[in-house]
Amino acid sequence: MELTVLGQSQTTAPEAGGCASSGCGSNDDQLNHLPEHIRAKVHNHPCYSEEAHHHYARMHVAVAPACNIQCHYCNRKYDCSNESRPGVVSELLTPDQAVKKVMTVAANIPQMTVLGIAGPGDPLANPERTFDTFRQLTEKAPDIKLCVSTNGLALPELVDELCQHNIDHVTMTINCVDPDIGAQIYPWIFWKNRRVYGRKGAEILIKQQQKGLQMLVDRGILVKVNSVMIPGVNDKHLEEVSKAVKAKGAFLHNVMPLIAEAEHGTFYGVMGQRGPTHDELQELQDACSGDMNMMRHCRQCRADAVGMLGEDRGDEFTMDKIEAVDVDYAAAMVKRAEVHAAIEATLAAKQQKKNETFISLSSLSIPKKESRPVLMAIATSGGGIINQHFGHAREFLIYEANAHDVRFISHRKTDLYCSGDDTCGDGESVLQKTINALKGCEVVLCSKIGYEPWGMLEEAGIMPNGEHAMEAIEDAVAAVYKEMGEKGLLDKKPETKQRATA
Amino acid sequence: MALQIVDGCVNCWACEPLCPSQAIYAALPHFLIDAKKCTECDGDYADKQCASICPIEEAIVDSQGEALNPPGSLTGIPPERWEQVRAEIQAR
Ligand code: SF4
Ligand code: SF4
Ligand code: SF4
Repeated sequence: MELTVLGQSQTTAPEAGGCASSGCGSNDDQLNHLPEHIRAKVHNHPCYSEEAHHHYARMHVAVAPACNIQCHYCNRKYDCSNESRPGVVSELLTPDQAVKKVMTVAANIPQMTVLGIAGPGDPLANPERTFDTFRQLTEKAPDIKLCVSTNGLALPELVDELCQHNIDHVTMTINCVDPDIGAQIYPWIFWKNRRVYGRKGAEILIKQQQKGLQMLVDRGILVKVNSVMIPGVNDKHLEEVSKAVKAKGAFLHNVMPLIAEAEHGTFYGVMGQRGPTHDELQELQDACSGDMNMMRHCRQCRADAVGMLGEDRGDEFTMDKIEAVDVDYAAAMVKRAEVHAAIEATLAAKQQKKNETFISLSSLSIPKKESRPVLMAIATSGGGIINQHFGHAREFLIYEANAHDVRFISHRKTDLYCSGDDTCGDGESVLQKTINALKGCEVVLCSKIGYEPWGMLEEAGIMPNGEHAMEAIEDAVAAVYKEMGEKGLLDKKPETKQRATA
Repeated sequence: MALQIVDGCVNCWACEPLCPSQAIYAALPHFLIDAKKCTECDGDYADKQCASICPIEEAIVDSQGEALNPPGSLTGIPPERWEQVRAEIQAR
């Protein structure tokens, strides 16, 4: 619940969370100026609130297949790369099927608070299918928030219709505000019944995006902007994009890494365009967060994802399983309200505890100037707790601890391109891949870990730690940091320290 | 006079809603154009709509078998420059 301010008046947003509970630290200050109604809107949205994403769930339905532009990082055989990892294909649903699916999931996963349409193409390039879905859901399931994502090309002409459907969040992918850079990302767009190529197309797209952004903000709709970081193309430019979209009133800017692999058949993949390194990405995210809160926990989920971020329970809710089910939504809504209240209570309790942790942390007897920040990787399957076996973790949450606080930095996936054993290679290379993904971290916290990975991690200078199983993430990170301080590990360079533990 | 969707089509749906003659339909292994219905957009649009949004080079051909989006036309990179551009991109 990162978006509620500590000690603010509790009208609509419960006091749960606050920035400390997710350790998002100073970033949170950027949102303090937001009016209460905006914080109230996003506080239980798993995609916008770092704290909420541990407890609430979202789902996407794939009703919108067509797209009206071409991005060089997208192969249209698969889902929209702006919203999904490349190489993913969603089950395409009709609006009626989608509505049925949403209501079935909402009844079975009461934590599900948000329904998004994110593809598999561009939702606004399929206005009839997208709006039909929203219209029905607004009517039949009023306790579900609706959101939509778009490349922005068709946005200005559809803003008014969007507003009618009472949608309060829109995600736009904006990769540039300069058409010369745009021409290197978008080879063409489809505009007014013609294909428009190169710089000219990019220019139109940029104009439409900026206009659409303005129109949404003017109508009080929250806009999150996503950007894909493409080294050598827009990496230097994204700080300017961040400033521009903030000036227009976007409330979050989220920089995602380009994922380009030849086997996905994207232009960038085939041409060997590289993605950013962890360090490059983090540096840019830090640079942009000076201007605006960044959504670092975004996992680029797939267009038909169901469940908590980072998990996908979509297989439990395929159309053939759903069609037979009858949903009593009135009853489900009562149950849902109860579950939501329980989550809020948990968050509130956690927040109380959190404040104490922070007090003890700041009273550490470590001279601040000598105590350097440390990155730690966490294996968790949700709930804000260290509860996953190292070997089962498909991604790690990266936290930074320093003398002042503990903050969430990012996610790192271990199996970005892994679709099964046949493509993953043998066990050893998977482990090696994981270790590479953890580069820069000094500690990995998990519930359990095998003997072999333990050794390899140590060798790589990463200290495995299973002592904090089932503890809250921030508490454990703070405790480990404190221990490191007591052992005198925090005044040394990481390099030296790594040798010492190896 | 009709266009045809051939191998290469990735079933992305982009063309289907645009056709003024409702000539395009989902099929397997790929989408198809009903030759009896396709007017090549004559009288409706200056540009053939399906061929103007299709993201795949060579997926749509005319009655001569000629691709409406020949190789290099959509990436903006003609085949003879491919290697050079690739080297430039890899240097990024
Ligand atoms: S907007 Fe999405 S679906 Fe369209 S080309 Fe870009 S990444 Fe692909
Ligand atoms: S050329 Fe025009 S009429 Fe023929 S299939 Fe394509 S869109 Fe339809
Ligand atoms: S736009 Fe092209 S690739 Fe997409 S369905 Fe139509 S013919 Fe196939």
